[in-house]
Amino acid sequence: MILTVNHVTTYDYDAPMRGAVQSLRLFPSRFDGQRTIRWDVEVQGGTRGGSFRDGAGDKVEGWSLRGPVSEVTISVVGQVETTDTAGVLRGHRETVSPLAYMRETTATWQSAEIRDLARDAVGETEDALDRAHRLSTAVAEAIAYRPGVTHAHTTAAEALAQGEGVCQDHAHALIACARALGMPARYVSGYLLASEEGAPHEAAHAWAEIWIESIGWIGFDPANRCCPDARFIRLGSGLDAREAAPIKGVAQGEGTERLEVTVALEQVQQ
Amino acid sequence: MVDNFNEMYDGGKVREPYKRLEDWTNAMPTELRAMKQAEAEALFRRIGITFAVYGEGGDPDRLIPFDMFPRVFTQNEWRKLERGIKQRARALNAFLLDVYGRAEIVRAGKIPGRLVFQNEAFERAVTGFTPPRGIYSHIVGIDIVRTGPDEFFVLEDNCRTPSGVSYMLENREIMMRMFPQLFRENRIEPVDGYSDALRRTLASVAPAKCDREPNIGILTPGHYNSAYYEHSFLADLMGVELVEGQDLFVEGGFCWMRTTEGPKKLDVIYRRIDDAFLDPLCFRPDSMLGIPGLMDVYRSGGVSICSAPGAGVADDKAVYTFVPEMVRFYLGEEPLLNNVPTWQCAKPDDYKYVLENMADLVVKEVHGSGGYGMLVGPKSTTEQIEAFRQKVEAHPENYIAQPTLALSATPTFVQEGIAPRHVDLRPYCLVGEKIELVPGGLTRVALKEGSLVVNSSQGGGVKDTWVLAE
Repeated sequence: MILTVNHVTTYDYDAPMRGAVQSLRLFPSRFDGQRTIRWDVEVQGGTRGGSFRDGAGDKVEGWSLRGPVSEVTISVVGQVETTDTAGVLRGHRETVSPLAYMRETTATWQSAEIRDLARDAVGETEDALDRAHRLSTAVAEAIAYRPGVTHAHTTAAEALAQGEGVCQDHAHALIACARALGMPARYVSGYLLASEEGAPHEAAHAWAEIWIESIGWIGFDPANRCCPDARFIRLGSGLDAREAAPIKGVAQGEGTERLEVTVALEQVQQ
Repeated sequence: MVDNFNEMYDGGKVREPYKRLEDWTNAMPTELRAMKQAEAEALFRRIGITFAVYGEGGDPDRLIPFDMFPRVFTQNEWRKLERGIKQRARALNAFLLDVYGRAEIVRAGKIPGRLVFQNEAFERAVTGFTPPRGIYSHIVGIDIVRTGPDEFFVLEDNCRTPSGVSYMLENREIMMRMFPQLFRENRIEPVDGYSDALRRTLASVAPAKCDREPNIGILTPGHYNSAYYEHSFLADLMGVELVEGQDLFVEGGFCWMRTTEGPKKLDVIYRRIDDAFLDPLCFRPDSMLGIPGLMDVYRSGGVSICSAPGAGVADDKAVYTFVPEMVRFYLGEEPLLNNVPTWQCAKPDDYKYVLENMADLVVKEVHGSGGYGMLVGPKSTTEQIEAFRQKVEAHPENYIAQPTLALSATPTFVQEGIAPRHVDLRPYCLVGEKIELVPGGLTRVALKEGSLVVNSSQGGGVKDTWVLAE
């Protein structure tokens, strides 16, 4: 499948800022499931900084803007060819030990309810892959998809208690459940092509990857009750949403920030 | 503590290195000593070297007590120590390079992966990046205690930003000013080459992109920090910039310093702030001390940071146990300096032993420092031991324990005259293009009679440390 991406993020400030710095993890991962045809990232009026590929295989690029800044616009235009690997992150080069993904974060804190959910979901199952699938299903059932009820800082425990949330909450809950059972898990950010069946989700998407010793990293998307396939574009990963964020930035000054995001994902008809 | 090794006296006999010091003290009348002590204090105060202790309140400009009685090593003793220290510094750096790369030591089963990768000090963000020359810890402070003529033990390693070297330099400076004749009568190895050596070390790890004499800066959290004096002192001695986060910014893949003549590129940052505060985009988002975007510049090779972010995983108290193994694994050598035997409360058998023998042990928090969060069993009341036991029971994995060592003592000026007091030693090993160690270090002394805690935050003082030339 060939997917085109048009992703524009705009930060608006009501008072000019002295400057801004961005760290972008906004580039398609290199693995058997995707091949980048073209990919252009631009921060309007910004200066491109150094870029590198980190130990988790993500490409990161720094940008800076000199003040006065009243608007920061980050645009992504690209085309990626994807193939379905049934969620398996095959052919992905990384050096970080999976054990580094056992660490708890605020967003993935394991409440008693998270632990219970995880334990009940797997029951007597010993097989790691089976366990992972069961966790993903359990999370999807425990947290109904409903936009607007959670926010960027909602934790997995809070979303579970509430019983509603979006893909970020699903991913956090699944990560927390997996780690509670001693399985390394991480947050993945990317894009998802809207399907015709109309399963509810956003084009800017997030899911979880769980480490299965005999296979490697495998993606699970509780929000869509599936493993990532050719409709998904993988960007980067981290311990939680904050770490894996495609765009991290700070602006210096007193202004208040307003964020606007548009993502258009289309399949190129062949 | 009759059994403790006295570094000056062998029974009634004075040991070789202290021979001339005996004449010196005998010839010093009490009034002169009091005068000299006052003079030393005045000098320290004039220089401005003070030590503020976190969380203790009181006078933030309190002087750290200085004891005029030097601590002395023979050339022979020092050579052995030096070899052991350099060996350890090499092994610690090899370990860091390894665990942020392929982690062969974990694959080989020499250290549990959990201890490394789940360690709070392990920085996932720097995996896959190799700093210049593969060096992570450029200034390794190794805390050493002595228990006998030839018996030295490493208490802990400090791979991040060990402080106190300004005391090593100032103690010597003040001793030379007050007792010039002592330095004529004894042939003492100089320590004042430290600042040049540090500068050389930092310059030698400039990024590959730097094609001229590198610009070096010391990054300080500011003048409220307890070691601020040291930061400015070292910057002065080396003739490098002293900067705070707000003085720096990133642009175009480099780090820049704001100056009155416009931005100046900074190539090497000797940071005296913790990893968590370096860059709000990478670590703590609420950090006001750091430079947004610095880690991106670092990881793309635009600036060097000393010590490298993530270096702390090598000096963790639970990882400490494995340092002798690192020496064997990476260097293929036998460790020249011994570790203190350590029980890890995370292990069930060790945990049981520690709980049963708490009154005889020193119990420490794995992530604690500065003498806080530790229990010296033999010096504690039953209530104190009980209170500490509850902390250990709540989080066994956070504690380790060691036997109470019979620390050596050296003569120290006290109210009543001269008396033995327990000491440790922190030498500062520099790791860059070369591995260098100035002959000496910081001797800390527990001024309270019988006390084994030498930390300045807990009533410790400092001494000039001599290495005699041949």
